[in-house]
Amino acid sequence: MTTTTPPVAAGTQAGAKPTTAAGRVRKRLNSRTATLVSIVIAVVWTIPTFGLFISSFRPEDQIKTTGWWTFFTDPQFTLENYQDVLFGRSASSGQLASYFVNSLVITLPSVLFPLAFAALAAYALAWINFRGRDWIYIGIFALQIVPLQMALVPLLSFFSTGVNVGGITLMPAWDLADEEKFVQVWFAHTCFALPLAVFLLHNFISQLPRDLMEAARVDGATHPKIFRTIVLPLVTPALAAFGIFQFLWVWNDLLVALIFAGGGDETAPLTVRLAELAGTRGNEWQRLTAGAFVSIVVPLIVFLSLQRYFVRGLLAGSVKG
Amino acid sequence: MNFDFADESPKLVMLLYGLVAFVVVVGGLLLLLDAVPAWFARRREAQLVAASASGAPIPRSRTKPREGLFAVFFLLPAVLLLLIGLVVPAIRTTVLSFMDGGSDNWVGLRNYGWLFSQDEIVRVLTNTLVWVFLVPLIATTIGLLYAVLVDKARMEALAKSLIFMPMAISFVGASIIWKFVYAYRGDGQEQIGLLNQIVVSLGGEPKQWLLESPLNTLLLIVIMVWIQAGFAMVVLSAAIKAIPADIVEAARLDGVNPWQMFWQVTLPSIRPALIVVVVTISIATLKVFDIVRTSTNGNFDTNVIANEMYNQAFRYGQAGQGSAMAVFLFILVIPIVIYQIRNLRQQREG
Repeated sequence: MTTTTPPVAAGTQAGAKPTTAAGRVRKRLNSRTATLVSIVIAVVWTIPTFGLFISSFRPEDQIKTTGWWTFFTDPQFTLENYQDVLFGRSASSGQLASYFVNSLVITLPSVLFPLAFAALAAYALAWINFRGRDWIYIGIFALQIVPLQMALVPLLSFFSTGVNVGGITLMPAWDLADEEKFVQVWFAHTCFALPLAVFLLHNFISQLPRDLMEAARVDGATHPKIFRTIVLPLVTPALAAFGIFQFLWVWNDLLVALIFAGGGDETAPLTVRLAELAGTRGNEWQRLTAGAFVSIVVPLIVFLSLQRYFVRGLLAGSVKG
Repeated sequence: MNFDFADESPKLVMLLYGLVAFVVVVGGLLLLLDAVPAWFARRREAQLVAASASGAPIPRSRTKPREGLFAVFFLLPAVLLLLIGLVVPAIRTTVLSFMDGGSDNWVGLRNYGWLFSQDEIVRVLTNTLVWVFLVPLIATTIGLLYAVLVDKARMEALAKSLIFMPMAISFVGASIIWKFVYAYRGDGQEQIGLLNQIVVSLGGEPKQWLLESPLNTLLLIVIMVWIQAGFAMVVLSAAIKAIPADIVEAARLDGVNPWQMFWQVTLPSIRPALIVVVVTISIATLKVFDIVRTSTNGNFDTNVIANEMYNQAFRYGQAGQGSAMAVFLFILVIPIVIYQIRNLRQQREG
């Protein structure tokens, strides 16, 4: 450690005079302690994932008997774990390929629907004058604080037994089987995402220049036309930001899928299967490690390539909040 | 390799249905809104042409589409879904919380009494409080510390990405990652879990980390902190960078030292962001479910409200008790949110 830290510390000191408050605080700490602390945090944050990643490529007997760090002194590499966990057909193997498809099928519509509906609603709330506008906005805003746990039991019975009031059936049970259960999951994800989506997109859409909107109105453009030709192109970055947000949220969700997707390989996503494997086969590390990475890889790619938009979405949601 | 692609085709057909439905609904809505006013406009034009040709007085338009009509259609999908998916169910859950397990008979406040009388459930509530106290505190502190430490450092972007990355990993994935760190093998055997390996190499005895209460709850909290610190760091780092340079410069001319700078300039300046971070993480923590379920399934005294709510409502068939827990969760969220709203309002006024 002592041989590596001084050059880094020297390197940071050599830069221009720090102009931010944090930069000044850091300059005082800057020194080895500061660098050391930040390196320690970075290492602690990275090592667990790294260890799991290394393990996922080690042969089963190796994973189970020696620590992953022995890989560096005795490197043994195999793709068998991935093979087994993705494509194996024995009941215990994971069959993750099938669940991977489920995750994809669940995620795409669950991102598109709330995005479109929220954009429409946000536009109306920002740029159409009508009575009760503020109340509807406040209502939707306030719904953000309702934990989705509050909606689960009745929503499930809504799907499974329909709506009956006083013995009259207002809506029959959906009676969905197998693959059709995807519809329930899409529906639930869409509903649960809307309050935050409307709020975030409203933040962006309401900040478009008023002159621009008024000029378009004067030119005789109707609301749908303004929405399609002016608003949508201008708020694409915001749509992307929320899209990524929602993508990660849906892909990584366990609770909604557990309740609305059923547990089988027809509809359940990766997270459900992995949680099951972790519970019933908690010591089958060769499957858990590879399985975890199968589930991580897509969000990680999305995250790494679109990080900038994702951060923008986060900041819009939290700082303006 | 036995993966049969044909088995997957019904799913892809469903996906296709979903996408078609999306295009039909959204495209249809926009088209409708385009077509209807255009139709009215054409009719009006025809009326005008006919009137001017015959020299009759120009009829007054009674059918000019009103603003409100557009608003209704723009808002319809979102408001309808929110009503069906969130508002009505939330009200229904509140009602169910006063009924018995099968939702047949009224039981008054018995479900709420049960919440506070069962030792097990009181344990669940205490654990949740520990979570909500520790996770925001530790995650925010680490996030802030790291944001300050790497501000303007070399490779700042990379350094931040490393801490931020767990945000992209599912709670289930994160739990498996840490279960592996906590993995245990008997004394004398070679350890495969990093934590036990460290303990052993320091001369200690390996432990079954996740079985020992209350240590196991703290170790699960570590997982949540690991995930949330990146969020805190990103938001706080943005807030730090937004502090006006002249304030910093003025403070520097006044000769404050870096510690004073931190406590008297940085911290007050980022207070709003700090509150948002703490509130957001607190709410996320209250609802945490996946970590506990994947790591210990709530055994060994690690259970929390959100997980127990799932158990009661969906595994034990106790809809009433599960609903009472959901309502209790909601009640716990409210004060946190009110606090945030008050703070925001003070800022706007001040």
